[in-house]
Amino acid sequence: MNRIDELFKNKDGNILSIYFTAGFPKLDDTIRIMEAIEEAGADIIEIGIPYSDPVADGPTIQDSNNVALNNGMTLKLLFTQLEGLRSKLNIPVVLMGYLNPIVQYGMEAFCKKCQEVGVDGVIIPDLPMQQYTDAYKELFDTYNLRNTFLISPQTSEERIREIDSKTDGFIYMVSSASITGAKKEVSPEQIAYFERVRDMGLKNPRLIGFGISDKASFTTASTYSHGAIIGSAFINVVREAKSLKEEIKTYIKGVIS
Amino acid sequence: MIKIDENGFYGDFGGAYIPEMLYPNIEELRENYEQIMASEAFKEEFDRLLKDYVGRPTPLFFAERLSKEYGAKIYLKREDLCHTGAHKINNTIGQIILAKKLNKKRIIAETGAGQHGVATATVCALMGMECTVYMGAIDMERQKPNVERMRILGATVVPANSGSKTLKDATNEAMRQWINNPVDTHYIIGSVVGPHPYPEMVARFQSVISAEIKTQLLEKEGKDSPDIVVACVGGGSNAAGAFFHYYNDEKVRLIAVEAAGLGVSSGKSAATTQLGKPGILHGSKTLLMQTEDGQVVEPHSISAGLDYPGIGPVHAHLFASGRGEFLAVEDEDAMKAGIELSRLEGIIPAIESAHALSALNQLKFKASDIIVINLSGRGDKDLETYIKWGNY
Repeated sequence: MNRIDELFKNKDGNILSIYFTAGFPKLDDTIRIMEAIEEAGADIIEIGIPYSDPVADGPTIQDSNNVALNNGMTLKLLFTQLEGLRSKLNIPVVLMGYLNPIVQYGMEAFCKKCQEVGVDGVIIPDLPMQQYTDAYKELFDTYNLRNTFLISPQTSEERIREIDSKTDGFIYMVSSASITGAKKEVSPEQIAYFERVRDMGLKNPRLIGFGISDKASFTTASTYSHGAIIGSAFINVVREAKSLKEEIKTYIKGVIS
Repeated sequence: MIKIDENGFYGDFGGAYIPEMLYPNIEELRENYEQIMASEAFKEEFDRLLKDYVGRPTPLFFAERLSKEYGAKIYLKREDLCHTGAHKINNTIGQIILAKKLNKKRIIAETGAGQHGVATATVCALMGMECTVYMGAIDMERQKPNVERMRILGATVVPANSGSKTLKDATNEAMRQWINNPVDTHYIIGSVVGPHPYPEMVARFQSVISAEIKTQLLEKEGKDSPDIVVACVGGGSNAAGAFFHYYNDEKVRLIAVEAAGLGVSSGKSAATTQLGKPGILHGSKTLLMQTEDGQVVEPHSISAGLDYPGIGPVHAHLFASGRGEFLAVEDEDAMKAGIELSRLEGIIPAIESAHALSALNQLKFKASDIIVINLSGRGDKDLETYIKWGNY
């Protein structure tokens, strides 16, 4: 069974997914960071494949992408680092990346490699739903990969239902009209959007991301969904960390305690 | 017209590869642009502004001394005489009217050399709309006069500090800001790039160039099609406009001229069709200069307007289908062609357009051939580059 499906079967709320950029802050930190995230008690790991032009990301993740690329991170190298992953970790792993590096690697080769190393799902923000269903869905199914689509406050109900019908794993709810990055408090408009989507009775679980940074925002997001995704705030922790493992654990425990 | 399918593909190239957060914006545009552009009210306003404000039609000038030099009948389409100094304003006039009809309150745009930024700031001043232009921090430094022109016109110029701090990063930044302001803001893209429907929409606004060439050539030569049309290609908006009404006229050779920079194999080039392979950037599938790993490569050209790692999907299709012929001109040769036109015809061209002129040295043609070169912009903005180059 796919680990994402298994997770949502066994746990119905307060799910914490942590995003980090592969190759940041150092080229070979990948497995170390993943181990710390699992040990700290987070539920999903989202690994960012660095890209030169991440249009949906704010300054924090852009910067981590640049550092990672300068360190020499590539998709090929990432897969090498992930070899033997499943002898160490049980946590569901999702790869998040922009379409071009994946297409250059080859979509089928990419899906096959994901299955081989034990990746459970993929998020490709600039892959449109139509393209996915026309060209790639069969491949994803063949290699038992879950594909996650994003929705935002501007996404129409009709479109959300269509995404729900064509996607599996979970739906990524972008918390406000924005790129990634830490925000101020959750606004009444955002709450209304969270409630609206919650009450739609979708088949897929929902995780809320973009602007989630601490215990307070995680708790609020989890009230209206199955949990939340933290990215930029975690990147900031990792960037500053003197003792990577310790500080990752302290941070994550602070969010979920 | 060249065929575009319902998903915005020209053959294998195009489409709308955008984050879901931009889907409603793009969908709103896609659903409305054709209908708005077809309305009498739109056409009346667009035509009137092109005539009375931009100064159209621009002349089709028979360049007698240049013709003698190269041994063909060479005409120059004088887009350099447009208000603000380049063809860019044809598109910004069209898009600002469209934005008003869509009840948008704010305009954002990206710019490289600053020509599209100035053309956008200009129409925003004309229409009384708020305007923010994103420009690479490095470009802001090397194109200071255009930054100040935009500010004089009332626009806010925001430096893009990410990545290589040039045009592609300014485009990324504009897309991010559109994600952040999806409801009241229209993004005026400056070339035939970006997600569908932008490439098609911008090409249609620029198609006035070849529509006028047809009429003017008929008057001068008794036939409306030349043997050859030449235009430079960065993203490719002036070329798309100059080729538009000749796509299906197979007798007309369409010559697209890319910037070879310091040489196609020098590692400092912007010759996308020679150096690129299919990839996805800024919302469309096109030919793209990239590493083996799919990271976008920073191009180089002496001309900031051609300094882009991709190419409009319509041009990728022209290249792949063989309908267009693609040449590459090095920095040095473009500069020489710019000086040559200045001396032979008394016209200092933009360095972008000088690339198109330099193609005369590579092209094979007959003495009886009629060649139209799209002179996309004037050289005022490039004075400093001409001075630095110095060989005149």
